[in-house]
Amino acid sequence: MTDNLIEIKNLAFSYGTRPILNNVNMAMSRGKVIAVMGGSGSGKTTLLRLIGGEIKPSGGHVKVADQIVHHLSRDELFKLRRKMGMLFQFGALFTDISVFDNVAFQIREHTTLPESMVRDLVLMKLQAVGLRGAHHLMPAELSGGMARRVALARSIALDPMLVMYDEPFTGLDPISLSVIGNLIRRLTDALGMISIVVTHDVQESLKIVDYVYFLADGVIAAQGTPQEVKNSVAPFVHQFVHGEEDGPVPFHYPAQSYQKDLALENFVA
Amino acid sequence: MRNRIVVSIQAIGHRTIDSIWRLGVASRFFVWVLLKSTTSFLRFGLVVREIYFVGVLSLIIILVSGLFVGMVLGLQGYETLQKYGSESAVGTLVALSLVRELGPVMAALLFASRAGSAITAEIGLMKATNQLAAMGMMAVDPIARVVAPRFWAGVISMPFLAAMFSVMGVFGGYLVTVVFIGVDNGSFWSQMQNAVDFRYDIVNGVIKSCFFGVAVTAIAVFEGFDAPPTAEGVSGATTRTVVTSSLVILGLDFVLTSFMFRGVS
Ligand SMILES: Nc1ncnc2c1ncn2[C@@H]1O[C@H](COP(=O)(O)OP(=O)(O)O)[C@@H](O)[C@H]1O
Ligand SMILES: [Mg+2]
Repeated sequence: MTDNLIEIKNLAFSYGTRPILNNVNMAMSRGKVIAVMGGSGSGKTTLLRLIGGEIKPSGGHVKVADQIVHHLSRDELFKLRRKMGMLFQFGALFTDISVFDNVAFQIREHTTLPESMVRDLVLMKLQAVGLRGAHHLMPAELSGGMARRVALARSIALDPMLVMYDEPFTGLDPISLSVIGNLIRRLTDALGMISIVVTHDVQESLKIVDYVYFLADGVIAAQGTPQEVKNSVAPFVHQFVHGEEDGPVPFHYPAQSYQKDLALENFVA
Repeated sequence: MRNRIVVSIQAIGHRTIDSIWRLGVASRFFVWVLLKSTTSFLRFGLVVREIYFVGVLSLIIILVSGLFVGMVLGLQGYETLQKYGSESAVGTLVALSLVRELGPVMAALLFASRAGSAITAEIGLMKATNQLAAMGMMAVDPIARVVAPRFWAGVISMPFLAAMFSVMGVFGGYLVTVVFIGVDNGSFWSQMQNAVDFRYDIVNGVIKSCFFGVAVTAIAVFEGFDAPPTAEGVSGATTRTVVTSSLVILGLDFVLTSFMFRGVS
């Protein structure tokens, strides 16, 4: 047994023949907030789905709590998932039930606690994200930032050891954004869990995370603590942190040569 | 030229293969739903909740349509039968057409457009907004928790809706012929009672509506679950639910009828 709750080794994955990840290695231990950064389409969501066991890798493995995720049977996987939380990009709250019922969902599905206890637990989780007063609202009545806080409360309902966040900051105003950021940090410390934050938001995440991985071309292009990242002179990291248009991450989607494309168009017309 | 022929033959082949492929995917999905139905029966409250949404909310449209169809049947039947002086048989005509055919078929068509489309849209949207994925990540199987209860709710509701359609239809026929036109009340009911057989007419009608219930809801949940997770994807799936279920209902009705009533003298 190592210290690392999560260990990702030589992980590879492709959609059909198109490789998305090849040879990704990561290690994470409890109490840490980890950021995974990379351009759109670099495979960040895919990485989270691999960790959650939604898809199977074509090579390598993900180990969570010493279990290789893609070797688990369906029942074992579901058992493991009870200790995982996932925060989807826009919260993915169940729109037909109230905030309270959303947070209570997992508790009711997976435990036989009496309703009075469920109520206490739910209100505690909502208190932690500052929305105890909103427990009777429906998801449609929440702002984007509130919806994500509710989703956060829902994903920690059963005190997981791992929570994954898929772009939790996207589309939020600066205040909600730092509220969510600080919540992730506080909850991670309080519950002693691991948080994996997939994000584009460099400045905000550097404030709260312990370690950063940069994903590009299917591999970890760079990694380090926030301090190392800020001081890095590696062209890739520099491009990303300062948001420059062109650099090691190309502005253009891979295509055949421009001239050939245009010539071909003339030919057809 | 030759190229174009090859291309169009290829296109036909592709479409055929795609359709057969989709049918296979749908069948496999249907088997999954059946296999994962234990939750629905252990926690029957989930099904009851959905019966409220698909069944009870379809009730108004079913009752109103049933009434009108029965009234029209009464009028048309009376028009024709009185020429032969047998207008008292209008009760039989109304009841038999409703119980054997129009009740199950019309109720199923209405159910497909009212509840089937709603089921598809709801499941499709849950998928598009990642609610199903979120549920899966919370270690709750969306097929067992979301799809199966809706499926069983539809299957259970359909025969009752068809029965209510027929009841309202008979009442509509009664209203028009007995109350408005003045056909004899006693012979209206007694002829109906003599002519309608429980096993032969009513049970067969109920069997039909059970088949339709399975077909419509299976199509609706599959289309929703299979919908591309976009706005066009969900709207396309909703349309396909209504179109496919309507065709399946009518086709299935012919097949069932030919098995049930073949050799009627
Ligand atoms: N279901 C899928 N089928 C085929 N390709 C996919 C699928 N999902 C994602 N992709 C492709 O995989 C790549 C990585 O996707 P993703 O992990 O979602 O990227 P991101 O880093 O933006 O989250 C993208 O280029 C996307 O086009
Ligand atoms: Mg993504």
